[in-house]
Amino acid sequence: MASDWKSFEPILIPDIPNLDKIDVYIKNGGYKALENVVKGDEWTPESVVDEVKEANIRGRGGAGFNAGLKWSFMPPADGGPRYLACNGDESEPGTFKDRKIFEYNPHIFIEGALIAAYAMKVTTIFVYIRGEYYSWIKMMEKALQDARDKGFIGKNLFGTDYSVEFEVTEGAGAYICGEETAMLESLEGKRGYPRVKPPFPAQKGLWGRPTTINNIETLANVPGVINNGTAWFKNIGAETHPGPVLYGISGHVNRPGVYELPSGVPVMELINDIAQGIRGGKKLKGLIPGGSSTPILRADQLEGVSMDADSLREAGSMMGTAGMIVMDEDTDMVDALWRISHFYKHESCGQCTPCRDGTGWLEKILLKIKNGEGEIRDLDLLLDVTTQMEGRTICALADAAAWPVRHTINRFRDEFEARCKKSVHAVA
Amino acid sequence: MEETYEFTKEDLKEIEAIKAKFPEVMPATLPTLWVAQRRFGHVEPPVQRLVAETLDLPESHVHGVATFYTQYYKEQKGKYVLDVCTTTSCQLCGGYKMLHYLEDKLGIKAGETTEDGMFSIQSVECLGACGYAPMMQITNDVYVNNLTEEKLDEVIDSLKEGKMPEFESVGMPLLENINNK
Ligand SMILES: Cc1cc2nc3c(=O)[nH]c(=O)nc-3n(C[C@H](O)[C@H](O)[C@H](O)COP(=O)(O)O)c2cc1C
Ligand code: SF4
Ligand code: FES
Repeated sequence: MASDWKSFEPILIPDIPNLDKIDVYIKNGGYKALENVVKGDEWTPESVVDEVKEANIRGRGGAGFNAGLKWSFMPPADGGPRYLACNGDESEPGTFKDRKIFEYNPHIFIEGALIAAYAMKVTTIFVYIRGEYYSWIKMMEKALQDARDKGFIGKNLFGTDYSVEFEVTEGAGAYICGEETAMLESLEGKRGYPRVKPPFPAQKGLWGRPTTINNIETLANVPGVINNGTAWFKNIGAETHPGPVLYGISGHVNRPGVYELPSGVPVMELINDIAQGIRGGKKLKGLIPGGSSTPILRADQLEGVSMDADSLREAGSMMGTAGMIVMDEDTDMVDALWRISHFYKHESCGQCTPCRDGTGWLEKILLKIKNGEGEIRDLDLLLDVTTQMEGRTICALADAAAWPVRHTINRFRDEFEARCKKSVHAVA
Repeated sequence: MEETYEFTKEDLKEIEAIKAKFPEVMPATLPTLWVAQRRFGHVEPPVQRLVAETLDLPESHVHGVATFYTQYYKEQKGKYVLDVCTTTSCQLCGGYKMLHYLEDKLGIKAGETTEDGMFSIQSVECLGACGYAPMMQITNDVYVNNLTEEKLDEVIDSLKEGKMPEFESVGMPLLENINNK
């Protein structure tokens, strides 16, 4: 049950000193799941896929898709190369959780990725990490070398005929490379332009070969499922969105940070008990629950809401990356929304007109309003632009840019109207 | 005269190791641009040309990649590039205040470089450290968290002496501390 968080023992990042060292990880039962899966008679690639599907690990990269189900889309092996591309781009504003795995428990991710690779008969795994995470890229390279030295990566794992390579690659500053097909383009050494789907990456991914993309935290959940079973996993947190979650809490709270807790913790407990309330004893004004693209909720919309896909959808938002941005009563919503729109305008790759032009218009009109030059009808123009952006583009960046504008204006309309000057245009 | 650029033997060895990770050479473009930027401090067109020649790829391809990604310096920057995050969480926690403090302190605006070539300031998008806002990154390397004016003074002083701040480990907050608060 969700409210059990007070007795919850972290699974992804347990409090064990030096767990980033491979020997400590092994001493604490690490790489046992991998060995059992690859070497034992108990598992086949197909049964691993089924088990993970049954556990319902919902993708932690934003979309919440069942990981095992995604793995099952890989076509039958034909002897050619097959890839797993692990998404460590972590660029959605408010999100800073995957780097905690790189730093404190890299091997749980490596082990999870290796199990996933075995299940999908993958020949090479890449982990793509945003270029700004230079320090964390170094940590991952070290961890992978240690795993290679122990024989967990390379030829003939555990004396079987399964072989797999595992490499780190880095970005160089581009939010769009977190979108899965843009990431593939970037990995191939190109500009990060999202691809038109279909074909989906499982059919034609890296170099035209079958490829699956998963988030770092998603894969870090896999060893636990193999070791403890699906019933154990499904018992943690919210029923339809089970498992531990790395909540990133930032903004106006007393103790921001990344907290590992079960899914489905009540939002107000996360803000008041875990992050220890609003700074300076101020009142809560709004919450962006899962990274800057997820619709903001007003304080009065948060009663009874918990951090899982269903509860947040009912409340009018989304789980996203569980990167919670907390805003106090003094927050200027016009400024805040303008800055979010600036981000998406800056990061649009420019391939699709509704996104390239739309993000530009959103930012420009919001800047005008922010500077006191806006008119009431600009608010309706903004809403109209969002309608023209949604669902009409190659990737979801356009939607990610449109949602915050639509919902922030609708939910804080008074504040936006108050900022507009009196109309100088006669109404016909 | 245009400056000439060459990779060292070690650089070339590193580039060979990069190429070995992939089934073809094009994926080496981003990492090789990184090797070049770490060596020369920027990837101006002559450096892009060197990368293209070293990898035997069209110069137009390398140029296209270099110009897509914000972390590559397409023109020379100061010795220390101060990337101050001003995206949402940092904005809420005083990111712009920190940016403006730096601008006043160094007498330049975001996007500019001090006359002595020591510092550049940039206002950048979310760096994935939102819980430690406001924050900045120095020359694509170390993160400096929970900025205050005093902390900025200290960092600038130590950079003037050629000392980069150390990597700051932030730690995971423990539940027991919360339960016993
Ligand atoms: C514009 C955009 C940016 C994205 N950025 C990230 C990111 O930084 N990290 C991530 O894991 N997923 C990101 N995603 C989601 C990925 O496309 C993909 O759904 C995810 O990596 C799949 O992994 P999962 O199923 O394990 O969550 C982004 C999506 C979009 C549309
Ligand atoms: S929606 Fe925007 S970011 Fe996505 S492909 Fe189109 S232009 Fe690029
Ligand atoms: S908003 Fe500044 S690091 Fe994320």
